[in-house]
Amino acid sequence: METLGHLANGFSVAFTPVNLMWCLLGTTLGTAIGVLPGLGPALTIALLLPITYQVAPEASFILFAGIYYGAMYGGSTTSILLNTPGESATIVTALEGNRMARSGRGGAALATSAIGSFVAGTLGTVGVAFLAPVVVKFALSFGPAEYFSLMVLAFITVSAVLGSSSVRGLTSLFVGFVIGMIGVDLQTGQPRFTFGMSQLLDGVDVIVVAVGLFAVGETFYMASRRYAGKDEIVPLRGSLYMTAAEWARSWKAWLRGALLGFPIGALPAGGAEIPTFLSYAIEKKLSKHKEEFGTVGAIEGVAGPEAANNASAAGVLVPMLTLGLPTSATAAIMLSAFQSYGINPGPMLFMTQANLVWGLIASLFIANVILVILNLPLIGLWVRLLKIPAPQLYAGILVFATVGTYGISQSPTDLVILYLLGGAGFLMRRFDFPTAPVIIGMILWPLAETQFRRAMTISNGDWSVFYKHPLSLTLLTLAFIGLIGPHIWAYVEHRRRRGPEHVPGDA
Amino acid sequence: MLNRRRFLMSTAAAGAAGFAALHLSPAFAQDAPQIQIFVPAAPGGGWDQTARTMDQVLRSEKLISGSQITNVGGAGGTVGLPQFISQWNGKGNSLMVGGMVMVGAIIANKSANNLTEVTPIARLTGEFEALVVPAASPFKTAADFVAALKADPTKVPVAGGSAGGSDHILFGLIAKTAGVPANELSYVPFAGGGEALSALLGNQVAAGISGFGEFSEQVKAGALRLLAISAEKRQEGIDAPTLKEVGIDVELFNWRGVFAPPGVSDADKAAMITLVETMAKSDAWATECKNRNWTQILLTGDDYAKFLAEDTTRIEAILKDLGLA
Repeated sequence: METLGHLANGFSVAFTPVNLMWCLLGTTLGTAIGVLPGLGPALTIALLLPITYQVAPEASFILFAGIYYGAMYGGSTTSILLNTPGESATIVTALEGNRMARSGRGGAALATSAIGSFVAGTLGTVGVAFLAPVVVKFALSFGPAEYFSLMVLAFITVSAVLGSSSVRGLTSLFVGFVIGMIGVDLQTGQPRFTFGMSQLLDGVDVIVVAVGLFAVGETFYMASRRYAGKDEIVPLRGSLYMTAAEWARSWKAWLRGALLGFPIGALPAGGAEIPTFLSYAIEKKLSKHKEEFGTVGAIEGVAGPEAANNASAAGVLVPMLTLGLPTSATAAIMLSAFQSYGINPGPMLFMTQANLVWGLIASLFIANVILVILNLPLIGLWVRLLKIPAPQLYAGILVFATVGTYGISQSPTDLVILYLLGGAGFLMRRFDFPTAPVIIGMILWPLAETQFRRAMTISNGDWSVFYKHPLSLTLLTLAFIGLIGPHIWAYVEHRRRRGPEHVPGDA
Repeated sequence: MLNRRRFLMSTAAAGAAGFAALHLSPAFAQDAPQIQIFVPAAPGGGWDQTARTMDQVLRSEKLISGSQITNVGGAGGTVGLPQFISQWNGKGNSLMVGGMVMVGAIIANKSANNLTEVTPIARLTGEFEALVVPAASPFKTAADFVAALKADPTKVPVAGGSAGGSDHILFGLIAKTAGVPANELSYVPFAGGGEALSALLGNQVAAGISGFGEFSEQVKAGALRLLAISAEKRQEGIDAPTLKEVGIDVELFNWRGVFAPPGVSDADKAAMITLVETMAKSDAWATECKNRNWTQILLTGDDYAKFLAEDTTRIEAILKDLGLA
């Protein structure tokens, strides 16, 4: 009840015309930068930090939160239409989303991602408002051993994206491991796979890899086949928006995505990528339309991960507001914005800065509404992009990918890496190696390695930490079930199907 | 590299242009100079904050008419430094922000360039470090902590920032003073003090070392116990002894300062020192430092160069002990 009172107070802060304007500005700007690969919310907010000298804290945080949520919406648009993820959290969206767009269902993919983002973003914000203290307690119980076990679970689910040939899929995954290891090793400070280049000491940005493999590689592949096949302009099939059947397939995926995204987002080393992988794997397992995955595109494979990334965006705010603990680049920059007002987020923030915190939470609800209103009518406009003839469209994608990559760090080295990976992506496509496992490998490996080594350092080399901690044991058990469960299930199915045939003989 | 403001206007939405314009105040004094600030780190971090706060204070004090900030991030500043040395050579109106982290990164990354090649202008601020333990920890004082460390360093895992960074260096110095071999320490590096905080609050490590600001709120709330700080004297409003008071003869500030490029004239150097000194003594600067938990440790020109040389020697020695150099 007290929370509702605070929230009402928050809405009274957020609903002033000036703050509504900041919210609208933030969401619009956020959508735009989300669409552009390279320009993420962290960089944008960092560049806008000087406005903290000019405006009230409420206004700037409403603006920043709008940018943050907006980027999550915008990132999916290019993933779906152009196979060029604008944000690392929307890489998984590209997998099914782009397939859908290419089979004429781009409108539905965009709609399920926008509405799913709204549903999950709203649920996540409710979580921030009501569950923050509980979630924080859960998140703190995650130590290095638990994280490592979570990574093991994530690795098991990776099989969902390995594609038809597991040898090819695993090869891609290992390439991802190697790319993930490039740079200074956090545990020892020693450079690995940098070949003496200082530009490689910080590693390779995951967006550069995703854009290189997906967008540039795809463009090269299309160019190589220009005269081999027909010009494919995909006509829009059916309704621009979602059909009743698609609604029915989406809503459960949204809820599951939100349930995964929010708590993992709140983990101090959770991030937005892992819940999207997990959600994708779960949706693929549960779907009644498995044949659509990787072929014409399955709507669940867009709805789940999109919901997961927006819910995790809300989850990230929980440790930031309650502990002063930034768990993503964007949260770290928002934290420094707090500091420039002389406010230190921490356990006391909800009491000492009630207006600010609840105004911010209320504006998150408003931002979600604005974003869905902003994004749904735009779908008609966006899908027209797909009517551009292939040569012009792919030329545009190449320009877009190049400019966006340069925008990440203004580093020429990144451009060289982008085109090298584009070449690799082309070869992988040509010889039928899946590209998604590369990305997953490069994100998961460093996390798994770091957490494993931390756990072993803390325990002084004692392996038992992984099974003596109950949470860690639970996660490992889940991973084990995930690994052998399908085989047992298949065996049981097999027996049951054979069963009736044997009954007459036995009798 | 590309100017952030121009880049944002040209690539992001039109809205960004509005903010950038808001940031540019009207030119107050026609005779005030324009300066350029080179930040060898991505936007948002400590050096970038220093540059942007300097820009703000210098303009509000009417000491400059405006400034242009360039970010070239990566590898603790060692990606930006060679560029500042080669491409900004002789530019008398420019400054580079840097600090202790860069000294460590140059040594650990075996960088081809180092800070003796640039012109030291002023050391501006520092953040002293804090040694903390979870509230439930058996360590009541820094002496308890050191005693446990002496008994068996492998049983005392300590969380902090990245390997070879200021937190790790301080841990190495404490151990060295206590006579514990640095290579036996159990240091658990995290990407930053914030992430280390979660390991402390979850009781996963025995102690934590990071900038005081990273822990201050949790100390106030009683979730962490502050054992000692690395400042040279007791700090107002902070109820904890310095390391020196508890018999550990170590003092450490994670300092930040500014440098001019190589090859600037003596007149330009003197003018720049005066400009930065005037700024550092203004009330506006004092307010900003207070908000951000930055301690002012102003040191200019030759004194700063001398300090830099001493600190480099000290850091190099401890990084060698830790097996990082």
